[in-house]
Amino acid sequence: MTVSHLLSIADLGAEGIDEVMGLTDSFVEVSARPIPRVPALRGKTVVWLFYEDSTRTRLSFEQAAKRLSADTMNFNVATSSVRKGESLRDTVLTIEAMGVDAIVVRHASAGVPWQIASWIGASVINAGDGWHEHPTQALLDCYTIRKHLGGVSGRRVAIVGDIRHSRVARSNVLAFAALGAEVTLVAPPTLLPPSLTGWPVTVSHDLDDVLGRCDVVYLLRMQRERMTEALLPTLREYTAGYGLTARRVDLLDEKALVMHPGPMNRGVEISAEVADLPRSLVVDQVRNGVAVRMAVLYLLLGSGVAL
Amino acid sequence: MDADDVQRALWRMAHEIVERNHGLDGVVLVGLQTGGISLSARLADALEAIEHTRVPLGTLDVAFHRDDIGLRPVLPEAVTTMPVDLRGTTVVLVDDVLFTGRTIRAALDAISHYGRPRAVQLAVMVDRGHRELPIRPDYVGKNLPTRRDEVVDVNDDGVDLGEMVR
Repeated sequence: MTVSHLLSIADLGAEGIDEVMGLTDSFVEVSARPIPRVPALRGKTVVWLFYEDSTRTRLSFEQAAKRLSADTMNFNVATSSVRKGESLRDTVLTIEAMGVDAIVVRHASAGVPWQIASWIGASVINAGDGWHEHPTQALLDCYTIRKHLGGVSGRRVAIVGDIRHSRVARSNVLAFAALGAEVTLVAPPTLLPPSLTGWPVTVSHDLDDVLGRCDVVYLLRMQRERMTEALLPTLREYTAGYGLTARRVDLLDEKALVMHPGPMNRGVEISAEVADLPRSLVVDQVRNGVAVRMAVLYLLLGSGVAL
Repeated sequence: MDADDVQRALWRMAHEIVERNHGLDGVVLVGLQTGGISLSARLADALEAIEHTRVPLGTLDVAFHRDDIGLRPVLPEAVTTMPVDLRGTTVVLVDDVLFTGRTIRAALDAISHYGRPRAVQLAVMVDRGHRELPIRPDYVGKNLPTRRDEVVDVNDDGVDLGEMVR
């Protein structure tokens, strides 16, 4: 299997995901060292091309690249020539001409990372394209589940919330299913994609019913900025039906985990006290995210191994 | 070398380590992944039998510190564990075969991230020559002249010299 970009979880498959997981173990160890930095990507340059807001993903990639001794460049859309009307293609070719080894891209339109990959020779890493995919998030979630439950295969995962607008949901469904988990989507009908044909999932509209029989509850953020239509009467009604409240947490199995890709809307999809429970892995996910992104950067840029 | 030869060499190297360091105060053994791991454990056993103290035993994978990243596939083979802060200690790196010296250079880099040892020494079961860097071992099981394309295999049954299988 040869991959020089990370665009979709589908490019990796179960084998590729396992390889990233194994390497992540090594980078977790590196991150725990007194000086958590290795010279593996010395002389490589990685540029962040973020056309959409992000804190954790960009900082996490930044931290990962620095721990591998790569040089990083930041591209700030708000203060760039994009504002003067430069096209995406010209922007990307300009950046490539300066000599970069990888471009980490986030864009509001689905498919942009594929388009960029077709234009340039550098590696392209998809850090979120519209509602489509967010592969490194899926990888760090798989790693977090594996760490806490010993594996993903056979685990029952409920993904709850705004599936329709969620790139995290799409990548995670692919990743969880590839590793053999049973995935249930829980959402009001208006927040599901128009068609689920071909998705390896079951669907439920009753969260209470699902909570009793799952190992992981994966909550999605209510993406208020993407909700241009009136898909919900009110957020309070959403919370009443699909929010993970203190009452609902009691329905969970003792060992079941609560995950959320962040940023959390406390009081909407997750109540404040639930977010701070020991079984809530939000902080753990962020920590693992750095090591997973180190693994991805290393595999694409440094290892000499065909992913 | 057969298994007994290797064990005798280990005993001699253990004695040399004790002699050189006037005992085992501050000595830490660090086995290099993967060939040095079992040797470092056996060396620790031998040192314990001689001096009746157990030295700290670490393992080190230098994959991310290598200088040939990108030239050939480099993936970590196993984990790194460092049981103690290395500041002020005498680190004895243990590996099975010393060849170009590049692994040892990478290991010296990696070691420096765990503190500043007072000294770093190198113990290898086989020194096969062909160094590409100014590195020499302090304790050697056997000097074994080889051709560059030969393969040296150190295992529980001893040391074998073979041809590269292509």
